[in-house]
Amino acid sequence: MMQMLSNCIPLLTIVASVLFIYTLRGLSTAATSSNGNLCGMIGMAMAIACPFLHYMLLPSQNDASWQVLGSWAVMGVGGIIGLCIARRIDMAALPQLVAAFHSLVGLAAVFIACAVFAAPDAFGIVESAYNSIPMSNATEMSIGAAIGAITFTGSVVAFGKLQGLISGKPLRYRGQHIVNLSIAIMTAIAIIMFIIDQASWIFCAVILLSLIIGYLLIMPIGGADMPVIVSMLNSYSGWAAAGIGFTLENNLLIIVGALVGTSGAILSNIMCKGMNRSLMNVVLGGLGGGGDQVAALDSSVRGNVKVCNPEDAAFIISNAGSVIVVPGYGMAVAQAQHAIKELADILKGEGTTVKYAIHPVAGRMPGHMNVLLAESNIPYDDVFELDDINHEFGATDVVIVVGANDITNPSAKTDPTSPIYGMPVLDVEKAKTVLFVKRSLGSGYAGVDNPLFYRENTMMILGDARKVVEGILKAIKE
Amino acid sequence: MLNAEMITIFILACFVGYYVVLKVTPALHAPLMSVTNAISSVIIVVALDAVLVGLHDAERGVGASVWFGAFAVLLAAVNIVGGFMLTRRMLSMFASKKKRSTEKRS
Repeated sequence: MMQMLSNCIPLLTIVASVLFIYTLRGLSTAATSSNGNLCGMIGMAMAIACPFLHYMLLPSQNDASWQVLGSWAVMGVGGIIGLCIARRIDMAALPQLVAAFHSLVGLAAVFIACAVFAAPDAFGIVESAYNSIPMSNATEMSIGAAIGAITFTGSVVAFGKLQGLISGKPLRYRGQHIVNLSIAIMTAIAIIMFIIDQASWIFCAVILLSLIIGYLLIMPIGGADMPVIVSMLNSYSGWAAAGIGFTLENNLLIIVGALVGTSGAILSNIMCKGMNRSLMNVVLGGLGGGGDQVAALDSSVRGNVKVCNPEDAAFIISNAGSVIVVPGYGMAVAQAQHAIKELADILKGEGTTVKYAIHPVAGRMPGHMNVLLAESNIPYDDVFELDDINHEFGATDVVIVVGANDITNPSAKTDPTSPIYGMPVLDVEKAKTVLFVKRSLGSGYAGVDNPLFYRENTMMILGDARKVVEGILKAIKE
Repeated sequence: MLNAEMITIFILACFVGYYVVLKVTPALHAPLMSVTNAISSVIIVVALDAVLVGLHDAERGVGASVWFGAFAVLLAAVNIVGGFMLTRRMLSMFASKKKRSTEKRS
């Protein structure tokens, strides 16, 4: 019986790993994704069973069943908190919620590293409590703890910025890179010192310095770069798990850590490509630095801006045969997606084709726009990615840009001096009419003026995205 | 010093992760983030080890490792349930109007 149980643990580990891979595989299509998520839950249940089996197999020296009950109680409390958060959360708050979840993984990794440091013998990496931790385990442990700590404070700052608790404006000061570099070097030195002499104050120093790095790394980064940062922190949380896995020689953690780490890395890469920037450039900060970088257009390009009201827009839209909606962060802020869906339904009823064009970096996290459109029951088949729809703008009557700016800026294609030059953009200017729903005439996040505003075929409708779309809706209904 | 077996597993898992995630449709990138967040909380396994096995010998009583482990269990449990449930909620919004699964990236 005991033999059977002890064989169970590696078996469960393998099955759980396969189920986790299948979870990610399921996300390749919307149809298979729910089953994939279910596989993930089963895999997690199997993984959680392992430590309990392990406990049962121990030669019992004292009755510690309160520890079993205690673990269930703690998991239960955590689970209920998690359930409430997941149920209650407004989809508009999705990016900050994901950032908050990342911070929890980072903090948990730090706590686990502390637990291992406090009692290495309990995890079987040393013979007795009086032996020092082997060098390789100490290396992996300190690196795991450092990545966990960076993930924690980095995600907390990202959360604060997304939630609006901290100004989304990048925080910059003179000598910033030198300060960051010297703290990074200090951390590296502390890790090396810890490997040689496992004093607890050095371990604390490693964690403390890493916490500072996480804060300093994310503070200078502005709101629109958040898709990259959230993906990067996603990746870090995976590497932290892998680091803990290496320390404790736990294959499941290594596999999961590698899966999550690569997943986050791929997402950050996709987001960087969507902005035509390197990860280093985003992290070190280059864009949206403030006043000095505003590339104002010369007056020859600047012409008159045509501002119209929702009633005029309704007239134009109702005469169109094809419409493409380009959503941006402004739609998310104003929660305009439900009004857009209603408008699209009316137009479709009159035989107009309505499509949606999603730029990879629209919004504040990867896939942000898709989730909001799906929330308002907009059909999955009407929503297109940049590469799939960009050739269609020329044949489109009306493009409605809702709360987006830089991702439509044609100067990214034509003006080599523009800070966003080279960034892939949606070719909305090729459409017969472009309706810009925007809060103000201000420049976009990148601080770049958008020549589209001054074009003959562009109409600006200023105001809150939801109110404007509702206004159009009302006018069309009449 | 380095454990070759673990490194092999790590590198192979990176490759698996790379090819699997590359196939994920861009529309589902948000659920991808929340589900990877949930599964990275599998570190709860070692946190539970800290609590359950941590101080199995009565000699030293309840030590710091049990408390650290318990905190980690709490945080990871929030993440696991929160992450999976959030993913489920998002996916149900996509699934409710599936007509045909996307033909691109097959």
